Amino acid sequence: MGGAKAPAASDNRLKILEATMKRHQHRPDALIEVLHKAQELYGYLTPDLLSSVAHALRIPPSRVYGVATFYHFFSLAPPGEHTCTVCLGTACYVKGAAAILAALEQDRGVRAGSTSADGKLSLLTVRCLGACGIAPAVVLDGDVIGHADAERIRAKLHELLHQGS
Amino acid sequence: MDISELHAIADRERSRRKPIRIHCCTASGCQAIGSTELHRQLVQAVQASGRDDEVEVVSVGCMGFCGGGPLVVVEPNGPRFEHVRPEQASEVVAALDGAPCTVQRSDPHHPFFSHQLPVVLRNGGRIDPERIEEYIAADGYQTLYRVLHDMTPAEVIEQLTRSGLRGRGGAGYPTGLKWGTVAKSRGEQKYVVCNGDEGDPGAFMDRSVLESDPHLVLEGMCIAGYAVGANQGYLYVRGEYPQAISRLRTAINQARRLGILGSQIFDTTFDFKIDIRIGAGAFVCGEETALIASIEGKRGQPRPRPPYPAESGLWGCPTLINNVETLANIVPILRGGADWYASIGTERSKGTKVFALTGKVRHTGLIEVPMGMTLREIVEDMGGGTPDGSPVKAVQTGGPSGGCIPASLFDTPVDYESLAAAGSIMGSGGMVVMDSSTNMVELARFYMEFCMDESCGKCIPCRVGTVQLHRLLSRIHQGIASPADLDLLTQLCSLVRDTSLCGLGQSAPNPVLSTLRYFRDEYEALIQRHD
Ligand SMILES: Cc1cc2nc3c(=O)[nH]c(=O)nc-3n(C[C@H](O)[C@H](O)[C@H](O)COP(=O)(O)O)c2cc1C
Repeated sequence: MGGAKAPAASDNRLKILEATMKRHQHRPDALIEVLHKAQELYGYLTPDLLSSVAHALRIPPSRVYGVATFYHFFSLAPPGEHTCTVCLGTACYVKGAAAILAALEQDRGVRAGSTSADGKLSLLTVRCLGACGIAPAVVLDGDVIGHADAERIRAKLHELLHQGS
Repeated sequence: MDISELHAIADRERSRRKPIRIHCCTASGCQAIGSTELHRQLVQAVQASGRDDEVEVVSVGCMGFCGGGPLVVVEPNGPRFEHVRPEQASEVVAALDGAPCTVQRSDPHHPFFSHQLPVVLRNGGRIDPERIEEYIAADGYQTLYRVLHDMTPAEVIEQLTRSGLRGRGGAGYPTGLKWGTVAKSRGEQKYVVCNGDEGDPGAFMDRSVLESDPHLVLEGMCIAGYAVGANQGYLYVRGEYPQAISRLRTAINQARRLGILGSQIFDTTFDFKIDIRIGAGAFVCGEETALIASIEGKRGQPRPRPPYPAESGLWGCPTLINNVETLANIVPILRGGADWYASIGTERSKGTKVFALTGKVRHTGLIEVPMGMTLREIVEDMGGGTPDGSPVKAVQTGGPSGGCIPASLFDTPVDYESLAAAGSIMGSGGMVVMDSSTNMVELARFYMEFCMDESCGKCIPCRVGTVQLHRLLSRIHQGIASPADLDLLTQLCSLVRDTSLCGLGQSAPNPVLSTLRYFRDEYEALIQRHD
């Protein structure tokens, strides 16, 4: 998996990114939009990527780095093959989200906010998904799971991480 | 595009509709528990039943009763089904002919539904948010037409002022006054910004409005642009809301194609464009000056006010910033009239408020009620108390900037002043119910951890103070704090509140102060006494 390792020949990601910047007329204020696109394409933001964005939008690399590190959404490290995000919003919290997170940390041997040593799983937290009506909520590879409990998420993760690999 | 074309679209849409509509909620909440598949199964079941000439399945936005999802409602006047599983689709369709049906139904007379007064949520769960025709058939964009043709900007602002509408983003600033200030500010270029950052954890009102009725917000923004003299709007939506973003994109494209957004709208000299800006996960970006920095592509750090954005905002130009729900109130006010709107609510808090009722409460979801309803009516009657019937301990309003109100004060009416007097705030509308399983010291620490992580680091009282407060709260929670620590906690709270640069730091002590005020015994029980 991991798009970042795709062969260069079939790699049109740079073109897509360039098109995005062109659509914004290379305006410096489009920086956040451009970083969103870059992360969507590459999975995370490498130093090279940041400097090429800085160059293209004609802003100092320090400002690009400053913005990329300010916002939680942007990641400067490669994500795991799979991601599991536990919502820690208040509604989820009073319904036991912290216990789910602790169980997953223990089960997979990963601390919240990091990626497992084998690169298979990133365990993340989020401030609030706005899915409070179905709290507690957990996101597994983009799919939101409502009314989550530790057992179910554990089982799902196990299934995900041990299939076909 | 003129008014007859608008009416023609509405007429075409109404005659296209089939007599029976099965509404299936596909907003994020229900989608997360399987409503996409349910929608597909419903479409197949209708086809299989051979009734597709008179029955249609419509993907609609949030119906509010999120705790009962996935939700399906048959219109007109059909039953409301809850917890519908995809394999029950054919049962729902068969029930149209009166066949017995085991799918759980909600009681429309339950206070959760009967106490509501939908103004902002009028179309929520009733129209397909991805089709502009449905919005137009619900009288959409007629208000904008009338405003552009029959009202001066000053008349629009006068109506808003008279309606008594106050900002729904938290601070409750009078909307008419704000619009008037921006209108009067001098500048060739002005902007309208819709604040859809909704950072308060436990709140999802704005998400729901954006996902369920995006055109209502766009129409409100256009009217705002006309009233203050702006030709460009920005809609700032948090990145955590992918569905809201995609539905807004669709809505903007559709409106542009019909000439409702763009140049010379409705054959007038008024031009207005709306662009989306996606947040990147920083709570402080909900603060208006930080939001402006973020739209400009910078780190989202606030700056001192004045100057207020109304005078110097985006790129130094006069900028109107309003919350999503505030802007969603504009069309109903101008449609129903300022006097009608002002007749709802209390003396100083007019109209309705949308709340996200969540936590340890039987009926969770989104509700819209007249201002002035008591917390008891909301939590006990509408919410039905706790799921297991144990007593409610407190309700938290206003998120990390708000406070906890104990059950003993549940006769407090929800309006800006009463909630402030009770040591909390109206906030954006999050209402998290707690029972005895929540320890208040732990909760205060939870919120302080939030503020500590989300502090932007620009001013020292907030950057350092929240860390120190969090440390103190942790010590108390671990049972290793002394009585002196409790005094220190109180002192530090005042310091951070009085000296921080922006609302984040100024209000960060609120959850501590309110729990200290009402639940001091829980703190004291954890304090080590050496006597
Ligand atoms: C830390 C902080 C976070 C805020 N977050 C939001 C938010 O998520 N949404 C919002 O509308 N207003 C938020 N506000 C309030 C805005 O600064 C601003 O007052 C509001 O958008 C004005 O709109 P209104 O007058 O329509 O309420 C926040 C304020 C602070 C201090």
